[in-house]
Amino acid sequence: MRHVISLLIENESGALSRVSGLFSARGYNIESLTVAPTEDASMSRMTIVTTGSDDIIEQITKQLNKLVEVVKVVDISEAAHIERELMLIKLRATGKDREEVKRTADIFRARIIDVTEASYVVELTGNQAKLDAFIGAIDNTLILETVRSGICGVGRGDRILKL
Amino acid sequence: MVLTGAEIVIRCLQEEKVEHVFGYPGGAVLFIYDALFQQEQVRHVLVRHEQAAVHAADGYARSTQKVGVALVTSGPGATNAVTGIATAFCDSIPLVIISGQVPTAAIGQDAFQEVDTVGITRPCVKHNFLVKDVRDIAATIKKAFYLARTGRPGPVLVDIPKDVSMHKCEFEYPQEISMRSYNPVVKGHQGQIRKAVQLLLEARRPMIYTGGGVILSDAAEQLTKLTRLLGFPITNTLMGLGGYPASDRQYLGMPGMHGTYEANMAMHYSDVLLAVGARFDDRVIGSPAHFAEEPRKIIHVDIDPSSISKRVKVDVPIVGDVREVLDEMIRQLEAGKARPNAEALAAWWKQVEEWRSRNCMVYKNSDEIIKPQFVVQKLWEVTGGDAIVTSDVGQHQMWASQYYRFDKPRRWLNSGGLGTMGVGMPYAMGAQLANPGATVACVTGEASIQMNIQELSTCKQFRLPIKICNLNNRYLGMVRQWQELFHGGRYSESYMDSLPDFAKLAEAYGHVGIRVDKPADVEPALREAFTKHKNELVFLDFQVDPTENVYPMVQGGKGLTEMILSAEDL
Repeated sequence: MRHVISLLIENESGALSRVSGLFSARGYNIESLTVAPTEDASMSRMTIVTTGSDDIIEQITKQLNKLVEVVKVVDISEAAHIERELMLIKLRATGKDREEVKRTADIFRARIIDVTEASYVVELTGNQAKLDAFIGAIDNTLILETVRSGICGVGRGDRILKL
Repeated sequence: MVLTGAEIVIRCLQEEKVEHVFGYPGGAVLFIYDALFQQEQVRHVLVRHEQAAVHAADGYARSTQKVGVALVTSGPGATNAVTGIATAFCDSIPLVIISGQVPTAAIGQDAFQEVDTVGITRPCVKHNFLVKDVRDIAATIKKAFYLARTGRPGPVLVDIPKDVSMHKCEFEYPQEISMRSYNPVVKGHQGQIRKAVQLLLEARRPMIYTGGGVILSDAAEQLTKLTRLLGFPITNTLMGLGGYPASDRQYLGMPGMHGTYEANMAMHYSDVLLAVGARFDDRVIGSPAHFAEEPRKIIHVDIDPSSISKRVKVDVPIVGDVREVLDEMIRQLEAGKARPNAEALAAWWKQVEEWRSRNCMVYKNSDEIIKPQFVVQKLWEVTGGDAIVTSDVGQHQMWASQYYRFDKPRRWLNSGGLGTMGVGMPYAMGAQLANPGATVACVTGEASIQMNIQELSTCKQFRLPIKICNLNNRYLGMVRQWQELFHGGRYSESYMDSLPDFAKLAEAYGHVGIRVDKPADVEPALREAFTKHKNELVFLDFQVDPTENVYPMVQGGKGLTEMILSAEDL
């Protein structure tokens, strides 16, 4: 089963390798991992997408909690939550493709943020499925580069992960 | 007071009441060694290899309740220390390791004797730090000691670049410490403890299974009291030996791969299993699937939540310090009127005694050739069962754990988790320094002892009168045993050729060496070592039967009830 684990961790050098090292050492999967400081610069928030049985997810959260620098761990996918991922995709945009790419971007509410004579850079935010759908909708031969951020997640309503 | 970083390091150690530091100097720690030189409170023990420094600090910690401290230089000093650190990590031993690092400006430049020590040790420490500013040294060392000794203990490494140890700043040792990200649970959940006590009282075939956690939390007294109060059978794992007196009737011996028949059968067929400070290790329960075939309720007390329900499903998890939880169980039992079901317990004991009557630890002694088990038995007799016994890893380790009966905690020091050959002598060094008046014996083999044989020199320098009992069978015995049983008797590289004359070798280092060839000479030699040469290191080189195997045995991957009791079962 796919799970989205959010955690708060001390913003110390090496903190990221403690988390990624834990996953590789114990043979857990990481589908994506994002990390950046929070409004409190001494702390970072990490979103990890992983897969595993209930037993494995239980061990993952326990092992993460055991890391000395980890402040809090929550499996946000246990209840209602929101996921967003950012994608920047560079597409060949010449001739009739120029108009077609623009139209597709509009349909997906994506924005074109860089334009040259031969290319567009399209910015798109959404859940993983939406980003996948956009890639599916674009002629594969037009794709020059794809950059995806991995997902950020947050619980809905009263579910708050804070110190 | 303005001090250099190096002086601050030493002052911190003094503040932590550290008496012994085990270490080896080098370029990156020159300032720290200079500061060490200019004081007398912290005594430095110069080992001959950094691995032994960490093992000795580890043995020091295991035999006391204190944090062991090691000091090593950058690069090879740190990498040599890694085996020691990993060994302590696997057995949750509180250590602080201070390593030198190349100057901050040189980090990342592939400088001489530079390695990423924090990176290399990350998976085998409880936590580690790289100190980049002299003003952070005091708080970091304070944190290191706090982390090492609280919660589930473990080794903590502090890496200090050379320039940081040279810079100066105002020194003040923090009195308090609080970390928002680290708050180990101490007291167990009242409701869970009540549930556990209820289960124990209702049990018809109860069993108590305890591990190293009992030793680490100094809970042997509580465990003994609770076990006697309940009247249940009990087993101590390899790491938990001495947690409950081995000479007591309720004690069934060690469980697991080389445990007793009665302990394994009682573990397997119990209806309520109380696990305390133990982790259902593969060497203890064998195959988890086979273990789960028999339905039983499991109560698991452990300070580390991640140890609970890791390998087997637990019915009543209790997270907390073992001593606190056992105290609370005793309190609840004594406060209530309910007692265990005497009738059911009597029937269960009848079954347990039947298993015990198989006498699984009996071995065939000989007048011609020394049996290794016999040496350990005699060692137990001669030392009155009250020595601190260290061991290395292999057959001799198992025989020592099986035939030396430990009645007290912190008397048995061995590498249970990582299984590190070469720990025996350094452990004995640490234990002897921590307990100057104690009798310390190292049960080892001719292969293990050679992995840190250079420490005979350290023992001479610091006049450590440890007694080394070398069960010399000219083989990597445990490897040979597995090759005999599972690899068609093809003894690939397990014969120890070109062995030195150990007695002469010990003499060359300035110690007493005694070679023993005949069974009749075993006891006199031991008596001579422990009385006539009480204040000297004695290397007893016992020439033992090279074909002897360790029994009983549960083969890897098999279940606890599928035991080989002796060679006849094969």
